[in-house]
Amino acid sequence: MSTTDDVPVDELQSVEPERRADVPVDAVLSVRNLRVEFPSDDGIVHAVDDLSFDVFENEVVGIVGESGSGKSVTSMAIMGLLPKRARISGEVFYRGRPISGLAENDIRKLRGSKIAMVFQDALTALDPVYKVGDQIAEAITVHDRHIDKSVLHERVVELLNLVGIPNPVQRAEQYPHEYSGGMRQRAMIAMSIANEPDVLIADEPTTALDVTIQAQVLEVMERIQERTNSAIVLITHDMGVVAGVADRVVVMYAGRAVEVGNVDQIFYEPHHPYTLGLLASLPRLDEDRSDVRLHRIKGQPPSLVHVPPGCAFHPRCEFARCPDPCSTEVPQLRALGDLDHIAACHFAEDVAKLRPDDLRTEAS
Amino acid sequence: MTAVPNREILDVPTEENEPAPHTGEFIDDETVVRSQWQLFWKRFFRHRMAVISAIVLLLIIFVCFAAPWLAPYPKNHQNLTLGAVGPSAQHWFGTDDLGRDQLTEMMYAGQISLKIGLAVALISTLMGTLFGALAGYFSEWTDQVLMRVTDLFLVVPAIAILAIAIKKFGNSATTIILILAGLGWMYIARVVRSQILSIKEKEYVEAARASGASHKRIITRHLIPNTIGPILVNATLAIAAAIITESTLSFLGFGVQPPTTSWGRMLADAEGYVGTAKAHLLYFPGLAILITVMCVNFIGDGLRDAFDPQSSR
Repeated sequence: MSTTDDVPVDELQSVEPERRADVPVDAVLSVRNLRVEFPSDDGIVHAVDDLSFDVFENEVVGIVGESGSGKSVTSMAIMGLLPKRARISGEVFYRGRPISGLAENDIRKLRGSKIAMVFQDALTALDPVYKVGDQIAEAITVHDRHIDKSVLHERVVELLNLVGIPNPVQRAEQYPHEYSGGMRQRAMIAMSIANEPDVLIADEPTTALDVTIQAQVLEVMERIQERTNSAIVLITHDMGVVAGVADRVVVMYAGRAVEVGNVDQIFYEPHHPYTLGLLASLPRLDEDRSDVRLHRIKGQPPSLVHVPPGCAFHPRCEFARCPDPCSTEVPQLRALGDLDHIAACHFAEDVAKLRPDDLRTEAS
Repeated sequence: MTAVPNREILDVPTEENEPAPHTGEFIDDETVVRSQWQLFWKRFFRHRMAVISAIVLLLIIFVCFAAPWLAPYPKNHQNLTLGAVGPSAQHWFGTDDLGRDQLTEMMYAGQISLKIGLAVALISTLMGTLFGALAGYFSEWTDQVLMRVTDLFLVVPAIAILAIAIKKFGNSATTIILILAGLGWMYIARVVRSQILSIKEKEYVEAARASGASHKRIITRHLIPNTIGPILVNATLAIAAAIITESTLSFLGFGVQPPTTSWGRMLADAEGYVGTAKAHLLYFPGLAILITVMCVNFIGDGLRDAFDPQSSR
């Protein structure tokens, strides 16, 4: 990662080589004050702004947000895969070790073996000229050049079997275009878990799939987590997926984390108006409420070039008190009750009293 | 619903609950499962001219390189009393002033012409692919430097450089091959670079990086294999270009020197015979070059269509 380019020298020196106090000992992956900016013709795009979160062993962290809220950029920043023009600051820690400043050659050894990624579109993320089995084998040989051919083949078949590809021996000999969409995504997952990584970052792994296949893929991911104990960072804009799979949730808006908590806290006691709005906009199947209109968050997500001052959500917020403090002061993430449930809202106490149903209106 | 076989309910999706059409039964059905190469050959064989050209070219190559066994006369076998006569039963392509059998001479000359064509195509393709891949993949200053070097080679007057270089380094076949390759790689470099520029943005390259692959591995395992179509097409066309350039050089007197001959050399030697009784000395080498180059070009066309899944042929 090219963080060194634009980080002031004094900031670099402040990075202690020893374990930092604010990085939990048992976290597999920690992100601290991550900020990613892209210079563009219209100005600086603030893709990710002061984002911090931890991922612990054996847990699924869901990162939710609208398109353009900085979810994917975050994952690329963790992997050190952002283009050179990106200005990155902040740190990423793998098991307490800073990895954001590492040289390309060092971070490459982590990629795929310790931290792996599942891409959104498996059709384009599989190389069309290689057989699926060979591609999975490739993912292994990248980190283990001297592995025995027959062992390698066995491992590939085992992986395909693990992700639920029928006839794995024959399927390994086929090309990606001979796979169906769901099978490609599962092959992609097989590729990313080939080296049993500690962290699996899944960037919208189910977006390109229909709900039946979505369910299969999510089920495969859960099963794999049980097998390998790896932590999963699940990036998605689908609240339903998060509710079903995640243990903890990071809600992002305009490049910032607006609320972090465990899945029950987020879904049953949202503290941020944005989370509340998202939940109120979800249709519910468990009750017949045909007389109630779903909530709608007014307006559009902001341009990341001109992020609104103060709280980025204030122009769309029902609870905003403008100008002071919502449009002048950036709200900090703070806990109301439980220390592990934090939200960035000046009026989190008021929002916490509300439930999604309160935002819905009677159908006329 | 019929009785479900007594089968343990697995939590693994199987053929039964896999809704996509590409499953189970297709695997054993060879008419459905086709690899890229099978599709490629199928499309190539549909290109009739390319197939005929491939056969003709292989025949020409075989005849030339089997000359020691096939040629009706030994190499450089002179029959001074006979002199230059037209085609006959004994001498299919006639003889030259020294009474040498032209068929025999052409077979040996073809070896040189084809060798030069193939070797130049091979070397310039390797060079061009390397330059193009590095420039396309690394972009920024690497790209700038490599592409300006490429531009430099493109703007120099090739024939003049060739003439000077051959004067300086001699005109053995090896020298000519190296010089022609050194002046011919730029076209392939440009094609490869432009292809790589688009391919490196594909998600599977990103995925390869995310799995920890090195730059070298990404270039050799992902980028170049995905560019192989345009590379092969251009390599084929480079064969034709090299054969023609070699002929031009020989015609201008810079090519291989006697006793080594090439088709271009033979053409140059017969230069003065246009419209005379010895015109056959001109026709046969000329035809050989024409047919070979045409074949190579048709094969290139066929390859291009075969590599392009969208082509309608």
